[in-house]
Amino acid sequence: MTAVSISSIPSDPRARHQRSRSSISRDRAWALRWSYFFLILFAIVFLTPPVYMLITSLKTSAEISAATNPWWVYAPTLDNYAALISSAQFLTFFRNSAVVSVLVVSITMLISVPAAFALSRMRFWGSASIATGVFLTYLVPETLLFLPLFKMFAVFHEYTGIELINRWWVLLFVYPTLTVPFCTWVMIGYFASIPRELDEAALIDGANYRQVVTRIFIPVALPGIIAAAIFAFTVSWAQFLYPLAFTTSADQLVLPVGIITSLIKGDVFNWGQIMTGALLGAAPPLVIYAFLMDYYIAGLTAGATKG
Amino acid sequence: VAEENVAVTVFQNAQALATVQRRSGLRRAMQRKSVIAFLMTLPLILLVVIFVLYPALYSLHLATLNKSMERFVGFGNFEFLFRRETFWMVVKQSCIFAVTAVVFKALFGFVIAHFVHNIPSKGQRKWRGMLLVPWVIPPAMSCLAWLWLFDPSYSAFNWLLQKVAIGPVPWTGDAAWARCVIILVNIWIGAPFFMIMYLAALKSVPEQLYEAAAVDGASWWQRTWYVTLPMMRNIIAITVLFSLIVTFANFDIVRILTAGGPIDQTHIFATWAFRVGIESGDIPLGASVSLFMLPILTIAAIFILRDINRRGNEA
Repeated sequence: MTAVSISSIPSDPRARHQRSRSSISRDRAWALRWSYFFLILFAIVFLTPPVYMLITSLKTSAEISAATNPWWVYAPTLDNYAALISSAQFLTFFRNSAVVSVLVVSITMLISVPAAFALSRMRFWGSASIATGVFLTYLVPETLLFLPLFKMFAVFHEYTGIELINRWWVLLFVYPTLTVPFCTWVMIGYFASIPRELDEAALIDGANYRQVVTRIFIPVALPGIIAAAIFAFTVSWAQFLYPLAFTTSADQLVLPVGIITSLIKGDVFNWGQIMTGALLGAAPPLVIYAFLMDYYIAGLTAGATKG
Repeated sequence: VAEENVAVTVFQNAQALATVQRRSGLRRAMQRKSVIAFLMTLPLILLVVIFVLYPALYSLHLATLNKSMERFVGFGNFEFLFRRETFWMVVKQSCIFAVTAVVFKALFGFVIAHFVHNIPSKGQRKWRGMLLVPWVIPPAMSCLAWLWLFDPSYSAFNWLLQKVAIGPVPWTGDAAWARCVIILVNIWIGAPFFMIMYLAALKSVPEQLYEAAAVDGASWWQRTWYVTLPMMRNIIAITVLFSLIVTFANFDIVRILTAGGPIDQTHIFATWAFRVGIESGDIPLGASVSLFMLPILTIAAIFILRDINRRGNEA
């Protein structure tokens, strides 16, 4: 058909224009269909593990070890959830994780908000190098530091008699090394985008720096601060290596380590409860993400795009 | 009249005094500004020095001690490592793991970002939200789900494969499969991050450039190659370098999925350092192993820093 139309009216520019436009829109339609097709495919792949967690968490142990279709729940039950929620041990893990994460977020904010304000607003000798240094610190992985830290804590114990290994609160000292550099870096970028006149005006009117930060700056910079706080929370909630290396007794463990050490006994995997625990452990970050998605993504992309 | 004059003078003096006071107040504030600023940054500096800088240097020292950490052995630990076959396997495995995973993450991220960018903008939020879920779930938790999906006897994938008459795959039991599985899980966790970064970059490419290219009759490939890629070059470079560091130093995935097995064949630097340093109690040897992550981290960091400085100068 197109061949006919081309040969019949080859010299009419308007017709040719229409034809090319319709072919573009047809291309668009196909591109759209393919896009949806692949998006659905990727969404299936990406959501399989969490969905499978949910499926397994609703099964009884008998059904899990039966030779039935693993992708379907034949006799749904909430027993696994009831067992975990009534287990004092699991609640301890959850509480430890929650306490550590909330405190780490607070500590991070107390350290990085003033630091980011000072580094982005109050140029002083060495401030530029400190900002770069902060960024470099963010690139140092925890896998490089856990052994010297472990030894440092042991030496500290020898000298002062204060035991740091196998205490949940020691995580309050080491987690900020993961959260503070990135949060400070992101907030330096965010603070730099706020007009300087705002705080200069307040300074000239006689406000001191504390007032400028708390009354003027923090309210305006709140979106950046929330994004950084979400990042700090998700990092501390998900951290696995430090608690695995530094804590061992059941009452000191945080959730990720607790699930793995308490629900896997030797070669016996209680999969129903493990998946329930993993799902409950994944829930807080997922809930935060669901409600504050824009802040979450802003924090994620700010590190590289704003720098 | 005199009284009036006095009143005027007093008023003027008061005004002058006020400006002087305000000026000196401002000046004092300026003088103290650097002190205040330094105090505000002090907690950050202390944190970095005590818990990052010092341990990093301390690990250099630790690496030169013997197992009981009483005797200086120089490069003894490194000589010992170089003689061990496991060490070279760990080096190889770490490099293969990091490079393959990053390449595929970047590739999938790029492709998915394009698909999301293609669809009408009102649906994009929903898809983006769904596709970022693997990144949001704590890796330790999602790795447990993968471990269960790859379970030797109850693997749900094997159940599906059995339906199409493909025999049970030893997902984590066989070294070659286990390596693939680890890379696969890493891609699953990391690709959404690339997707989000690229999507943000795609949004920032001016629409006029595509219109101009379309007017010039550029094909889809040409538009991608000559418009999209050059515009996104910076963000691609920095995301890849970031990811290279994080992937190279990865711990959670290997630890949970295989714990280095079968027979230490899937260990990467971090997990082997943990095995040697914490579980076998040889902290100096573990520290020596983890120090091997430094070269690649330094190289990546230098490139990232250069990029950031360049952009800082442009701005």
